[in-house]
Amino acid sequence: MIAGFAELLERLAFTPRRGLKLAHLRQYFAATLDPDRGYALAALTGDLDLRRVTPSLLRGLVAERVDPELFALSYDFVGDLAETIALIWPAPAQLANPALSELVAELQQTPKAELPARIIARLDQLPPSQRYAYLKLGTGGLRVGVSARLARQAVADYGGLQLAEVEELWHGLFPPYESLFHWAENGPKPVSAARAPFRPVMLSTPTDLVDLTARDPADFMAEWKWDGIRVQAVSDQGTRRLYSRTGDDISGAFPDLLEALTFDGVIDGELLIRRGDQIAPFNDLQTRLGRKQVSAKMRETHPAALRAYDLLLCDGHDLRAQPLHQRRAALEALIPRLDPARIDLSPLLPLSDWDALAVMRADPPDPVIEGVMIKHRDSPYLAGRIKGHWFKWKRDPMRVDAVLMYAQRGHGKRSGYYSDFTFGVWDAGQLVPVGKAYFGFTDAELKELDRFVRNNTTERFGPVRAVKPEKVVEVAFEGLNRSPRHKSGLAMRFPRIARIRDDKPAQEADQLATLMALLPEA
Amino acid sequence: MRAPILIPRPEGLYCPQGDFFIDPVRPVPRALVTHGHADHARAGHGAVMATAQTLDIMALRYGRDFTQSAQPADGPARIGDVTVSFHPAGHVLGSAQILVEDARTRILVTGDYTRTPNAACAPWEPVACDILVTEATFALPIFRHPDPQDEIARLLASVRAFTERAHLVGVYALGKAQRVIMLLRAAGYDAPIYIHGALAKLCDYHIAQGIALGDLRPATVARGKKGDFAGAIVLGPPSAFAATWAQRFPDPVIAFASGWMMVRARARQRGVELPLIISDHVDWAQLTQTITDLNPAETWITHGREDALLRWCALTQRAATPLRLVGYEDEPE
Repeated sequence: MIAGFAELLERLAFTPRRGLKLAHLRQYFAATLDPDRGYALAALTGDLDLRRVTPSLLRGLVAERVDPELFALSYDFVGDLAETIALIWPAPAQLANPALSELVAELQQTPKAELPARIIARLDQLPPSQRYAYLKLGTGGLRVGVSARLARQAVADYGGLQLAEVEELWHGLFPPYESLFHWAENGPKPVSAARAPFRPVMLSTPTDLVDLTARDPADFMAEWKWDGIRVQAVSDQGTRRLYSRTGDDISGAFPDLLEALTFDGVIDGELLIRRGDQIAPFNDLQTRLGRKQVSAKMRETHPAALRAYDLLLCDGHDLRAQPLHQRRAALEALIPRLDPARIDLSPLLPLSDWDALAVMRADPPDPVIEGVMIKHRDSPYLAGRIKGHWFKWKRDPMRVDAVLMYAQRGHGKRSGYYSDFTFGVWDAGQLVPVGKAYFGFTDAELKELDRFVRNNTTERFGPVRAVKPEKVVEVAFEGLNRSPRHKSGLAMRFPRIARIRDDKPAQEADQLATLMALLPEA
Repeated sequence: MRAPILIPRPEGLYCPQGDFFIDPVRPVPRALVTHGHADHARAGHGAVMATAQTLDIMALRYGRDFTQSAQPADGPARIGDVTVSFHPAGHVLGSAQILVEDARTRILVTGDYTRTPNAACAPWEPVACDILVTEATFALPIFRHPDPQDEIARLLASVRAFTERAHLVGVYALGKAQRVIMLLRAAGYDAPIYIHGALAKLCDYHIAQGIALGDLRPATVARGKKGDFAGAIVLGPPSAFAATWAQRFPDPVIAFASGWMMVRARARQRGVELPLIISDHVDWAQLTQTITDLNPAETWITHGREDALLRWCALTQRAATPLRLVGYEDEPE
């Protein structure tokens, strides 16, 4: 029923926290019957293929019912087209609560010429929150802060299943996912009929020199950890797919790489933008991500490449149970048969002792390396983050001493606390904001920062406060990119507050030039 | 042509024949006050005429000496060449519409009003008039406020679903607080309701006026453990949610009772997890219905979203004028 779906969207939209969003989703799945819950899931994961209801179509409809000037004034106030129409549409004479499946089928099957009349009929029978849900369904993009992965996580949690298992099956399942929900409710595991499915990815745990010293280097293989996007390239009897490590199909954005998947099997590797031997900074990759279509020019200026780490399946054989050194040998045999401009091998590093590896890690040959990966030679390929097999030994984070500039109140357990902090560094005597951090600090440090914000507020903008430029914090971050969207011209990756530097006067915080020097070359 | 019976001035609406202002935003020799919200009822006037309850509320807020002469409205009164009378507005306890009439014209100043029943005050009354001077706080056709009892049902459903969390409901101290309490009681909620200290005086006054708010307890005392407020409903002014006061509650659900909560962006801006659409103002339907019912020769619009109401008046061939009075807030704290 659309009523339950509308209520779910409402709850999700106003719930800032992941854990609570998951709880709302679980409750919804438990309380809703097939096939409605499956269509709701598909709406959240973006797997509903509907005839798109365009904004211009909607504007035309509302113009027949509401004076255009009154509508324009309302739209200015609300700021969202679907929401304005949902609120302004005349009250229904008679209410209905149609099934989501009925609405989906209608949006899929109604001929284009009849669509406006169908939409009007629906708007005429729904109350405002359901009109909103219906219009969001039709226009796509629910914007309730739920990723496809979070929605799948909720199904897994609901059924006590492993997320990896759900993800492996996902691309062989279709809305309304009745077999998936049946499985979640103790039915049999569905069999995926899809070609080129996703296989859950093996992940590593962080390590350090102390931890490594207890282990024998002879048992391990080491390679660079490239700073691209971990992907899975699948080629299955002519069907080719590129998946992110969370199982999202990103094939559409990388047709050039797809063309190069001239093998039958599954390669685990890093997606990079590579021009000859030169690997481009992460930023370049980001410009290609998320695009539905890629122009010929983009393919030429930002060529996609795969750097192979592992081979999961090859020519119909599942290699995942084999030890890593055997899979590696098979991978090394496969790569020379592929286009070297698109697919190459992630080289192994010499590994005789940990100290020598530490020296290499400290000074990698390429800036697009974020550390080293250390993998047990005998490790099978297992789904998820299994301890003891694979380790990541990242480069030490970059650090900067910055000055607290703004603070915003947090949600949930942090309501009443200022817990989201914007900080800046000096540039010609002025502070320029360079990032935002909302974790990294201890509870005691949060209290201290909160107290500082309250006692040193200079200005208020809604939930945000500007503070006196007096508090220095050490910010750790994983990398730095150029960003025209930020005033400072740069953007940090994973910034967090490592500690409070009460020992440091604000004037001695870092300069923007220091950060600029850390940027990768353009 | 004769001077109009009321004219807008920077201080507020002025009546030359009676030499008084209605809801002046600056100190004046003589003021008539519609209701006790701070942007309508200010301290420092020479004389104030208002309902007895509004005078009590002003004294509670500003002290007994908020004016040199407090004059309770009690039936029609002659001031200069006009007669004034006060009629219930349904907005908050003591709220009134003020009718000013001379031999030829009846002009009604609504102040803030709503036609939705409110157990915390007397209901709005229709008053025939030639000129209607109305507020327009929610004068956009998107504002059709739902039944407040349904909104309270949503709050209670959330309380039942999240027993380990406290529900913090943002309410204004005069009116909204007591309205929400009465709605909760009407829904059968008879557990203690915890209130922030800023609400205590006005809640006590409502009780003294015979409005049965039930078991109210202070939420300001620092208590032993955070779990103490689990499952509780706590009412406080929205400003308190940003204060350290809010830190004592276990993982609170932030709710806010306001007519603005219809618009998602407004709710998100305030960090509200549970928006409750409860308004003490006329919504679009009530506002246009009131103009239709009273059918005045002219409608003047004091404050709010006058553009849309002007457009509606034009579409329905009614004479309307925006006064663009400044100093009145959308919903005062």
